[in-house]
Amino acid sequence: MLRTALRNVLAHKARLMMTALAVLLGTAFVSGTLIFSDTVEGAFRNKMSKSLDDVAVQVTAGRPGTDAQDDGALDSRVVGTLRALPGVASVRPSVSGVVVVADKHNDPAGSDWGSTGANYVPGKDGKDSRYPLVTGRGPAAEGEIALDAKTAGKAGAEVGDTVRLAVDGPVLGKKLVGIVETDDPRVTSGGSLALFDTATAQKLLGSKGRFSELVVTAKPGADQQQLTAKVREVLPKTFEVQSGAQLAAEQSKMIDHETSSIRNTFLVFAGISLFVGVFIIANTFTMLIAQRSREIALLRAVGASRRQVVRSVLAEAAVLGLVASAGGFALGLGIAVGLPRLLKATGAELPDGPLVVEPSVVLTALAVGVVVTVLAAWLPSRKAAKIAPVEALASVDQAPATRSLVVRNSLGAALTSLGVALMLYVTTLRDSGGLTVAMAGSALTLAGVIVLAPLLSRPFVHLFGKAATRFSGVSGKLAKENALRNPRRTAATASALMIGLTLITGLTVGAVSANQGMDKKGPQQLTADFKVKSASYLGLSPEVGKEVAKQPGVAAAVPLRSTGFQSEEKPALATAADATRIGKVADVRVTAGSLSGVQGTGAVAVSAKFAEEHALTVGSAVRMSFYDGKKAAPKVAAVYADNDVLGEVLTAPALIDPHLERVRDDEVLVKAAPGQAAGLPGRIKEALGGNPLIKVETPEDLRRQASGNIDPILNLSYGLLGMAVLIAVIGVVNTLAMSVFERTREIGMLRAIGMARREVKQMVRLESVMIAMFGAVLGVGVGIFLAWSGGHLLRSSFPQYEMTVPWARIGIFLLLALAVGVLAAVWPARRAARLNMLESIGAQ
Amino acid sequence: MSRATAFPVPPAPGGTGGAVAARATALSKVYGHGETRVAALDAVDVEFRRAEFTAIMGPSGSGKSTLMHCMAGLDSISSGSARIGEVELGTLDDRRLTRLRRDKVGFVFQAFNLLPTLTALENITLPLAIAGRRPDAGWVERIVATLGLSGRLAHRPSQLSGGQQQRVAVARALAAKPEIVFADEPTGNLDSRSGTELLGFLQESVRALGQTVVMVTHDPVAASYADRVVFLADGRIVDEMREPTAGAVLDRMKAFEVNGRTN
Repeated sequence: MLRTALRNVLAHKARLMMTALAVLLGTAFVSGTLIFSDTVEGAFRNKMSKSLDDVAVQVTAGRPGTDAQDDGALDSRVVGTLRALPGVASVRPSVSGVVVVADKHNDPAGSDWGSTGANYVPGKDGKDSRYPLVTGRGPAAEGEIALDAKTAGKAGAEVGDTVRLAVDGPVLGKKLVGIVETDDPRVTSGGSLALFDTATAQKLLGSKGRFSELVVTAKPGADQQQLTAKVREVLPKTFEVQSGAQLAAEQSKMIDHETSSIRNTFLVFAGISLFVGVFIIANTFTMLIAQRSREIALLRAVGASRRQVVRSVLAEAAVLGLVASAGGFALGLGIAVGLPRLLKATGAELPDGPLVVEPSVVLTALAVGVVVTVLAAWLPSRKAAKIAPVEALASVDQAPATRSLVVRNSLGAALTSLGVALMLYVTTLRDSGGLTVAMAGSALTLAGVIVLAPLLSRPFVHLFGKAATRFSGVSGKLAKENALRNPRRTAATASALMIGLTLITGLTVGAVSANQGMDKKGPQQLTADFKVKSASYLGLSPEVGKEVAKQPGVAAAVPLRSTGFQSEEKPALATAADATRIGKVADVRVTAGSLSGVQGTGAVAVSAKFAEEHALTVGSAVRMSFYDGKKAAPKVAAVYADNDVLGEVLTAPALIDPHLERVRDDEVLVKAAPGQAAGLPGRIKEALGGNPLIKVETPEDLRRQASGNIDPILNLSYGLLGMAVLIAVIGVVNTLAMSVFERTREIGMLRAIGMARREVKQMVRLESVMIAMFGAVLGVGVGIFLAWSGGHLLRSSFPQYEMTVPWARIGIFLLLALAVGVLAAVWPARRAARLNMLESIGAQ
Repeated sequence: MSRATAFPVPPAPGGTGGAVAARATALSKVYGHGETRVAALDAVDVEFRRAEFTAIMGPSGSGKSTLMHCMAGLDSISSGSARIGEVELGTLDDRRLTRLRRDKVGFVFQAFNLLPTLTALENITLPLAIAGRRPDAGWVERIVATLGLSGRLAHRPSQLSGGQQQRVAVARALAAKPEIVFADEPTGNLDSRSGTELLGFLQESVRALGQTVVMVTHDPVAASYADRVVFLADGRIVDEMREPTAGAVLDRMKAFEVNGRTN
C-alpha cells in the first residue's frame, strides 16, 4: 500500500502543491521559532558566561530604601577589607545610577530607563577593561566625561566638546575626553552611557565615598565557593554577596524565562497556523478522494479491505506531510539564519553566536508535519472507506449524493450555543477570575461556528450571489451556484480565513478599546494644560516648581509629591500638594468638609473610597505608618470623590516631607493663563536652562505614551497572525484550483457555447471573493462578539474600558479580504480561462 | 428582439431554403511539424444548407470531428476557408470567435452538456444569459414543447434521465436561434430508445422549426435520420448521399473500409 501511496502523491504533485505549501509554512514557523530561540539563547548564555568569567564574588549594597547606612556603607574601607582577603586578585568598585545626557535638542539622548551613568575604573595600564576606549582617554577629573559612541552621536559631541547633562537637578557641562564601547544591554537597547572618574560619579550618583557594587576577581587556583563564604563572613549582613556561579545561575534562569516566554508566544501562533492548515489538508483529501472514487471502488472491487483503503489514504498523507515538513524545516532554518540579520538591520541588538540546531528540533518539525497532515486526512480517509465497490461499475458519472448536514448542524448549534452561553455568563462576572471560562467559551464559540459554517454559507452566498448576478450577469450567477454546490468545501475554505480574522478582529477591538479607556483614565480629573516631569525617577527639585510659577503665561503651577504608607496593614499612597490651589489644576469634588483645612501636619483629605474602606468621616483620625518606621495620625478635614490626580490621601507637604529620603516633586501641574498655552512648554523648558531631565507633557503626549505600549504588541500580533492568513489564502487558491480541475468539462462546455475567457475568469474570481468575504464576515462577527463579551472581564480592574469597534479598521479588513479573494483567484482563474476547449470537453 | 452583436441579423429560419448556412473551401487542418505532421483535414470543400439536417460520417480518424470543430469555431484552421453565414472564421480572434459561437452556433456534445448547478430551464437559456439577452419566450416555449420538456424545466440535471438531459442540450442549442447547430455523437451515450427519440427531435427541429443541424456520427441508423450524409475518409470528402437509409449508409461504409484496407 505504501507504493500506491507514493505513486498517488507523485501522480497528484500539482494538485498537492498548495497543500504541501500550507504544511511547509506551518512547520517552517515551528522549526524557525525553535532554532531561532535556541540560537539566541545560546548566544546570550555565551555572552553572559563570558562577562561573568572573571567574577568570583559580587557584593552589592542592600536594596535602596533599607537602612544600609546604619550598618556601614559600601565604601573604600570595605574595598580594602576585601582586597586583603587571601585569594582575591582584585576588587572593582563601581558606582552607577541615572544620568541624562542632552541630545542636540536638549531632550534625553537615551530612553527613560536606559540613561546610565557609571564610574571609569582605570586598571594598572590606566584603562578600564569593562569599557574599551575607541578614541581619547578615560575621564580623570571632575570636569571630564566619556560617552559611548551612540550617545556621543546623538549629543552631536566630539572629543573636546562640552556635553550637557543632568542627574536630578541643574544642567551640568562636562568636557568629553573619550568615547568607549559597551555591551551593557540597558545601553545597547536604546539607553545612553556617561562615564566619570570614581570621585565625580560618587558625588553625582551616590553619597560621597560609597559604591553601589563591588566585583571581586579571584587569584588563579582560589576556590570561588570558599571565597564567597569568606566575603560573607567579613561583611555585614546588609550587603548582598553572591558568587559568580550564583550570578550565572540567576542569569541563566532569567534567560530561560525570557526566551521561553518568547518561544511559547511564537509557538502559539505557529499552532494557529498549523490549525488553519488542517482545513486545507482535509479539503484537499476530500476532493482527491471524490475525484478518485471510481479508482477506490475498483480497488475495493478487486479485494482491498476498507482498512487498506484508509491506510493507503493515511500513508499518502504521511508521505505528503514528511516531504512538506522536510521542506518546512529547511525554510525554518533559513528563517532562523535570516531573521537576526533582518532584526539587526532594523536596529535591534542581538548577540552573535553560532546557529544552534538541536536534533530534537528536526524530529519535532517532521513529527508535527506528519501528525498534522495524517490527522487532517483522517475524516476524508473514512469517507474513502465508505465508497462501495459497485461504484466502479457505474457507467455514468453521477453527482455524488449530497450528504445531509443535519447531524453536523445539530452539533454545531449545540457547540455554538454552549460557547455563546459561556460568553454571556462571562459578561456577568465582575472580576478577572473568569479568564478560563472566557477562553473555553471563545474556543467553543469558534469551533461551533466552524461546524455551522456550511449552514451559514447558504444565506450569505445567496445574498452575495444576488448582488454578483446583478453586476456580473451569468458569471455571478454561476459563481454563486458553484459556491453553493459543495457547502462543506466552501465552509472549510472560509473557516481557515475566519480563524485568522476572528483573532485579528478580537485583538484589534480589544486593543482599540483599551487605548480609548487609557485616554479616559489618565487625565480624567486633570484640568491642567501641562505636566512638568523629570526624565529620571529621582523627581524634580522643589526649585523647579517655583521657577515655573514665575513664568509669564502661567496661571497656576502646583507641585505634587508623594509617598507610600500603610494604614491598617494596607498599602496606600499619599499625595502632597497645596490644597488651596489644587482646584486650579484638577477637578476635585469635595463631598464633606473643606480642603482649606488641609494644612500642616494635623489634617488631611481622603478619597471617598479610602474613607469607606477605613470607616473614616470628617474629624476622625487616619492612622499612617510611613516606611521610615514613623507614624502619624492626622484628622480628616475633607472627603473628596475618587480622583485620579490625588489618589487616596491628600496632605500638605509638611506632613510627608520628614519621611522622604530626599524632598523631590513627582511633577508640577501647570495651568496656562487664558490664550497663553501655545508655546508655553518651550518657554518653560528654556527657563529651566534647557535641562534634558525636564519634560513638559501635554495630555495628548500622555495618551500617546499609553497607546504606545499597546500598539507594538498589536502590530506584532498582526505580523504573527499574517502567517495564518497567508495559509488560509493558500487554502482558497487550493480549493479554487481543484474546483477548476473538477469542472474542466463544464468550463470547456461553457467556452464552447460562447462564454468569453474574461467571463470564465470573472466566474472563478467571484466564487473566490464569495468564499473570502464569507470567511471575513464570519471572522469579524465572531471576533467582535468575543471581544465584547471577554472585555467584561476588565471591568473591575480597568473601569474606563468600554468596547469601541474601530469600524474604519474593520472596513479595511473586509476590503483586504476582498483583495485576498481577487488575488487568490488569479492563478486558478487564469488556468480556467486557458483550458483547451476541445480537450476539456473530452476530459474524463 | 434586440441583439447586442455586430453581426448582421440572419434571415428568419425556415424562410430561405437552399441558402448556405456554413461553407468550407479547401479547408485544411494540420497537426504537428515535419516527421510528426498529420493532415487531419486535406482541402475539404463542403456546404451546409439552411434548414437541412446533414450527417457527417466516417471511420475513426477520418477527420469528421475535426471538420465539425473547425466549422464551429472550436478549433483553428491551418489553411483554406471556413464560413458561417458571411463570416470568415479564420480572420476572427478568440474574442470574436467566442461571440460568434455564442450568437450563431448551437452545440450538442456526446455527454456533459449541462451545468449540474442550474435547472433545465436555466441550462436552456444559458447562452442567452451569457450574451446578456432576454430569451424569446415564445420561441423557447415552442422548443420546449417540441422536445417534450415542459414538465421538467425546474429539475436539475441529476434529476433527469440521460435522454432528457440530451434533449435539454438540444433545446439549449436551439434557444438562441443559431445560424447552425453542431451535434457531436449526440446519441453516443444513450440507450437505443432514447437515442431514437432524440434523433426524431433533431429531425423535427429542422422540419418544424426550420433549424440547420450538422451531426457527426458513426452510427448508420443515426445518419439515416438526416436529409443528407457526407462521407469523410483520411481527411477528405469521399462521397455524399441524399435521402439516406440505414442500409444504404452501412453498405457505403463497408465499401470504404474495404477500400481503406486495400489502400
